[in-house]
Amino acid sequence: MENKLILSTSPHLHNGDTVERNMYNVILALIPALIASFLFFGVGSLVVTLASVVSCVFFEWSITKYLLKRDRSTISDGSAVLTGLLLAFNLPSNLPLYIIVIGSLVAIGVGKMTFGGLGNNPFNPALVGRVFLLVSFPAKMTTWPVTGQLTAYADAVTGATPLALIKQGAIDQLPPLGQMFLGNTGGCIGEVSVLALLIGFAWLLHKKVITWHIPVSIMVTVFVLAGVMWLINPETYANPLYHLCSGGVMLGAIFMATDYVTSPMTGKGQIIYGICIGLLVMVIRLFGSYPEGMSFAILIMNSVVPLLDNWCKPKRFGEVGK
Amino acid sequence: MNYFKTILNGIVRENPTFVLLLGMCPTLATTTSALNGFGMGVATMFVLICSNTFISLLKNLIPDGVRIPCYIVVIASFVTILQMVMQAYVPDLYKTLGIFIPLIVVNCIILGRAEAFAAKNNVLASLCDGVGIGIGFTLALTLLGVVREFFGKGSFFGMQILPESMHILVFVLAPGAFITLGYLLAIVNRVSRS
Repeated sequence: MENKLILSTSPHLHNGDTVERNMYNVILALIPALIASFLFFGVGSLVVTLASVVSCVFFEWSITKYLLKRDRSTISDGSAVLTGLLLAFNLPSNLPLYIIVIGSLVAIGVGKMTFGGLGNNPFNPALVGRVFLLVSFPAKMTTWPVTGQLTAYADAVTGATPLALIKQGAIDQLPPLGQMFLGNTGGCIGEVSVLALLIGFAWLLHKKVITWHIPVSIMVTVFVLAGVMWLINPETYANPLYHLCSGGVMLGAIFMATDYVTSPMTGKGQIIYGICIGLLVMVIRLFGSYPEGMSFAILIMNSVVPLLDNWCKPKRFGEVGK
Repeated sequence: MNYFKTILNGIVRENPTFVLLLGMCPTLATTTSALNGFGMGVATMFVLICSNTFISLLKNLIPDGVRIPCYIVVIASFVTILQMVMQAYVPDLYKTLGIFIPLIVVNCIILGRAEAFAAKNNVLASLCDGVGIGIGFTLALTLLGVVREFFGKGSFFGMQILPESMHILVFVLAPGAFITLGYLLAIVNRVSRS
């Protein structure tokens, strides 16, 4: 009984929500995508995922212990595991191990621990790692193995992804939409299967880990912009559904853009944030030099989040509006 | 005034890159390799020593109200000399450093030292200050260049050490300059505090 006596201002009720619980729910929501990628890319996807998770946890542990000299290690809160998973999901399944280790070091060391660990990082750590690798090893990061090579890792045969085809203007060579929805196309480990990602999305909504605002506003913006271009000229621009089902839009919208630390707090801010991400993705995809711009779009918008939070402050109770 | 102490002050206690954080533009842009960083540092050091000496000599002749334009004229003359000499004797380095050689004119280290030190001290002390700050700048730029070249091109002063597949390209690009400078600053602050 004495433990229940709380001497503090309201709120007094706690629903048992913790950092750990949210992190493990997100990890759980990523499992379908991992299974899907194993079915399409085979051993390679497991090797890359395992390497990324293990090295992320190791770097988090060693930095907190030896560099920051904190007593309590933060690896058990699941955030390092999640960063490792998300980083791996953004990599091709035939990437050499040392590149994955470098990416994990940058994600945890530069993206997260430099700013003081979980809760203080202005940018999504997994995306910092991915973009670092993309800029540093452009050749290895932009060749993806074709699906169906279940036992190949480093020696996998590579092929063009749907987005590369869209970029080249080869709209007629695109795989059928159903295959892209299931994920039977080339691409990064976690981004290919839209179906698996949507199952994860449903789980997160059901568990109230995230709200609908950010993912839906990103998807709607991408769909509308791609649709407008498609209506103008269906011969050079791909069907908007292709844009939604290809590349990192789904993975980014559901799992990366919704990261608590690096996204706005209010619903209004989240919708503005989502619309701007969708806008940037389509601008990069249609007019930029890279075929995909999801990670860049999210990182750019991450830097605007403090301003959005400041701008979309809810009115205090009793405060008189302008 | 202890002249040796003035020189040491410029290298350690008032290092232009790691302590004063001046001249960030050439620091970030020209340190893609150790040699480029070293070349930029030496070029700046030459201008700094000459301008410090001459501004200190002229300080009683320069009217206070127009002192900044006068400093700029002095500095620009030495930069012009430097530019011609470099073009004649080290054309390759001159080409790589490009616009950053003429931009030494507006380098805030040089103007800052003219205003903060040379205009208030005697000729010999100003010369020593120029030498100290110049060496400090050269050391910092070379260090930055060594780190960026090692990770980005896998070499040390052009000597190949790491194989092609290990090169982390981002270090020779602009973001790498910011990341490297940030971590070097952190390390230098940590070391100098203890």
